[in-house]
Amino acid sequence: MGDMKVYFDHNATTPLHPEVKKEMIAAMEMFGNPSSMHAYGREARANVEASRKSVAEFIGATDEEIIFVGSGSEANNTVLSLFVCATNQCVGGCGMRSTIITTRIEHPCVLETAECLAHRGANVKYLDVDRYGKIDLDQLHGMLGDDVGLVSVMMANNEIGTLQDIEAITKMVHASGAYMHTDAVQAVGKVPVDVRQLGVDFLTISGHKIYGPKGVGALFVKKGVSYCPLIRGGHQERGRRAGTENTLGILGLGRAVEMRTLEMPEEHARMLRLKKALQEGIEAQIDDISINGHPTDSLAGTLNVSFEGVEGEAVLLYLDLEGIAVSTGSACASGSLDPSHVLMATGVDAERAHGSIRFSMGRESTMQEVDYLLDVLPRTIKRIRNMSTAYVKGGVHAASR
Amino acid sequence: MLQAGEWAYSETLKEHFMNPKNILQGENTDDFDGVGMEGNLQCGDQMMVVIKVDREKDVITDCQWKTYGCASAIASTSVLSEMVKGRTLDAAFNISPKEVAIELGGLPDNKIHCSVLGDKALRAAINDYYTRNGMTDRVKKEQVKVICQCMNVTDHDIEDAVLEGARTYLELQEHTKLGTVCGQCKDEAEVLLGKYKHIHFGV
Ligand SMILES: Cc1ncc(COP(=O)(O)O)c(C=O)c1O
Ligand code: FES
Repeated sequence: MGDMKVYFDHNATTPLHPEVKKEMIAAMEMFGNPSSMHAYGREARANVEASRKSVAEFIGATDEEIIFVGSGSEANNTVLSLFVCATNQCVGGCGMRSTIITTRIEHPCVLETAECLAHRGANVKYLDVDRYGKIDLDQLHGMLGDDVGLVSVMMANNEIGTLQDIEAITKMVHASGAYMHTDAVQAVGKVPVDVRQLGVDFLTISGHKIYGPKGVGALFVKKGVSYCPLIRGGHQERGRRAGTENTLGILGLGRAVEMRTLEMPEEHARMLRLKKALQEGIEAQIDDISINGHPTDSLAGTLNVSFEGVEGEAVLLYLDLEGIAVSTGSACASGSLDPSHVLMATGVDAERAHGSIRFSMGRESTMQEVDYLLDVLPRTIKRIRNMSTAYVKGGVHAASR
Repeated sequence: MLQAGEWAYSETLKEHFMNPKNILQGENTDDFDGVGMEGNLQCGDQMMVVIKVDREKDVITDCQWKTYGCASAIASTSVLSEMVKGRTLDAAFNISPKEVAIELGGLPDNKIHCSVLGDKALRAAINDYYTRNGMTDRVKKEQVKVICQCMNVTDHDIEDAVLEGARTYLELQEHTKLGTVCGQCKDEAEVLLGKYKHIHFGV
């Protein structure tokens, strides 16, 4: 099995779908500016609009509700920034509503934007999560009031996979008169997402998490919700996002969601089988582990496990040497000193957060890959524990006397 | 197009990570003459170093270890354990993190702090040996000096901040809160900042 390659890091990014690649290669010749009126421009425009239609259909929106942007991060930055404007003129009804509510487990592109907006005068409140990563609707209820302009809650968490009940949250948020945004970057393409059913006002999509290209995303803005661009200076995207369109990326994103429509329904059950096999295999073969995230309301392909007495970066790199790609919530791997803010928010202690590994499977993942991982992982953990101060036979911490 | 495969780490580090030397097997340290432990699990790094000493020659004959930590931590303890064998206690006591990093073929800046516990644990093991053998006069306590009285920040805290990435006085303040009250510690702190930058990063 020496040459086996296993990519279990789909929540970080995904390979291009072969169909997407084909489409993009074919489109390499297309260089026209969609804003030009001549034939070159019209060709590019037609393709951009076809992609817009695909993305809109995929989430139950209308074409004009979709804005193509440069990334999921840009979409999230755009939405949050709408609510901190000195004039308060652009977003209707937000005049006095300068409070933003979000959660402690959002992606850094939301958390750091929120922090920056707080410096600029916004009042930001953070929802806690329980040990499974779920927010508390009662706490949200307590925070909502006529000062709140926006609530932003991610649909699926990238580290532990926990899904939130966005439909119920949106109902509460709307009852209080605030707008609702969800970062659906990890949810779209993995679970059904229908903006009408969810009721949200803003929703974020990123291309590279769904077998599309990197550096392209889409932002859904519900019709009638007033809006102000983050990137100004052009009439592109109906004046909502300046900059000549990333035609190739947009084409790829359009094709990616079309392929998701075809493949998603079958994939879910298969993903669940793989995850079950992986989890049961780990539980059977390795002692002193704990599963992070929600047991049922979770992404089918995401499994996050803490291994006591080991540090995640070491696990990641030993697995890398055997051709297996995963990620970790340990501080060392991120280059910072603090372990995963998501795990810490769920009440996992720092030591377990340092020893956490995320396995995220995707459309090409197989049972053979799970088996190979289950062959390599137990001996890797055993090996690291054998050299760890935190884990000796006499019991964890026995070495420290 | 560039190919993957290049590690963020040197080949030596990779080699020590793949095949660590002198791991202490089991938990029994009775056969050793000195035991030292530094760091804690919450921070993600902990190292234990155990040594055997030739009494006559004052020389370390064996050095084994356990490490809870990342690849840099594992590799740096491994390389340290090779470095100290055959050294006199005094020579071993003076090994600096920088020497360990050089022996490893260099460490990325943000990984230096992962490797500083090994030599600390080694010094603790040497001191333990002195204490056990009635040589308390040779025990060298690491000096700790409070630099910022207002915020109770020590020279060690400043060193840690540098290892964690502080390079300017402002960054040092962000890390330690030093100099944020009366400000009289600024000059001394800046001297130490320069010193530790030089020791650890050669700048
Ligand atoms: C939940 C979540 N939101 C946002 C992003 C950012 O998306 P992008 O990489 O397109 O900026 C990511 C990707 O890391 C994510 O996982
Ligand atoms: S001594 Fe440092 S601020 Fe006063």
